[in-house]
Amino acid sequence: MSGRENITNEIEDPVLEQALKHFKASVDAWSEVAYRRPRTAVKVARHGWRLAASWALGGVLAVCAVAGVAFERQHRQELARIAAMKAAAQKAQQQAAEQTKLAVEKEPVRVEQMPKTKVGGEQNAGSEDEDLLATVDTDVSRQVPAAMEPLAQLMDENGAPDSGTQ
Amino acid sequence: MNVEGVNLRPKGASTKVMAAGTAVKPMTVETADEVAAQEFARIVESHRPQIFRFLLASLRDVDLAETLTQECFLKAHRNWNRFRGDSSAMTWLMRIAINLQKDYWRNRRMQFWRQTRTNAVDLDEASEWLPNSERNVEQQLLAREQVAQVWKAVESLSERQRTVFLLRYVEERELSEIAAATGLSEGTVKAHLSRAVSRVRGELRGTR
Repeated sequence: MSGRENITNEIEDPVLEQALKHFKASVDAWSEVAYRRPRTAVKVARHGWRLAASWALGGVLAVCAVAGVAFERQHRQELARIAAMKAAAQKAQQQAAEQTKLAVEKEPVRVEQMPKTKVGGEQNAGSEDEDLLATVDTDVSRQVPAAMEPLAQLMDENGAPDSGTQ
Repeated sequence: MNVEGVNLRPKGASTKVMAAGTAVKPMTVETADEVAAQEFARIVESHRPQIFRFLLASLRDVDLAETLTQECFLKAHRNWNRFRGDSSAMTWLMRIAINLQKDYWRNRRMQFWRQTRTNAVDLDEASEWLPNSERNVEQQLLAREQVAQVWKAVESLSERQRTVFLLRYVEERELSEIAAATGLSEGTVKAHLSRAVSRVRGELRGTR
């Protein structure tokens, strides 16, 4: 028993059977026409210059992109370097200002101490000078010859230091 | 194995053909390959229109049906040496075609965001096709209307029901062949077929 006969037997509804028969006939007719239709193979033309141009354009774009990235990176590095230099200069200025401030704060202490040492030194030097002069006077006075004795007496009378007379 | 007039031998048995009382020279590898190629060519020639028809009815797209038919036979050619002849060549080819169709619908579902251009014809256009017979105009109109109603019902079927329905009522395959081609049991095939037929009947009566 063929498939068609089986189908006829299993479908008891004549309307359905007829509709299915028409449906099959319709699909068969459509399929046959579609199957036998002439097939046209379309060759896709590829232009070599278009391909080359697209590759060249792509290459140029890629190079531009890389160059842009490199330039941007270098620019940022330069900016960072300038900023670091500015920061270092500011820091140095701040340090100098702090040192100056510290120096100014320390200076009065030295000024107060210095006079004391200077005064002491000057006093010491003065006393030394006086001693030296006294010694010289004494020595000179001892070496005055006898003939000059009257003059020495005159000097004593006029208010001259008495050390020279001894 | 004999498939609709095409004599197919299993690959292992093709090296020696023993006739009664005569010794035949063993086939060389080249000869066996040639025979296999000729067998496959015959298979393509005899089954290609049927595979195309099934895919056309399933997809309603001529270009797509042609593409999938090509793909079906390409797959069959690649796996021809693995075909053991457990089922008929037609059933094997139909199984490949059904799988290709499933893959196509799955891809369409997965790529729902893509506005794919489809050449599928609408139901009215599909219903226009009727063989020129000696029927009068009234009968032709009635037939066209019935075909349109069946198409409408077929469109509303699930993918599996549609496949089973088309294999049965367009390709006129036996239930066992449909079961082998779809990988379903005969009982499941009957159930799908019953639902599909009742849907078509409802459409014809206008009470879906």
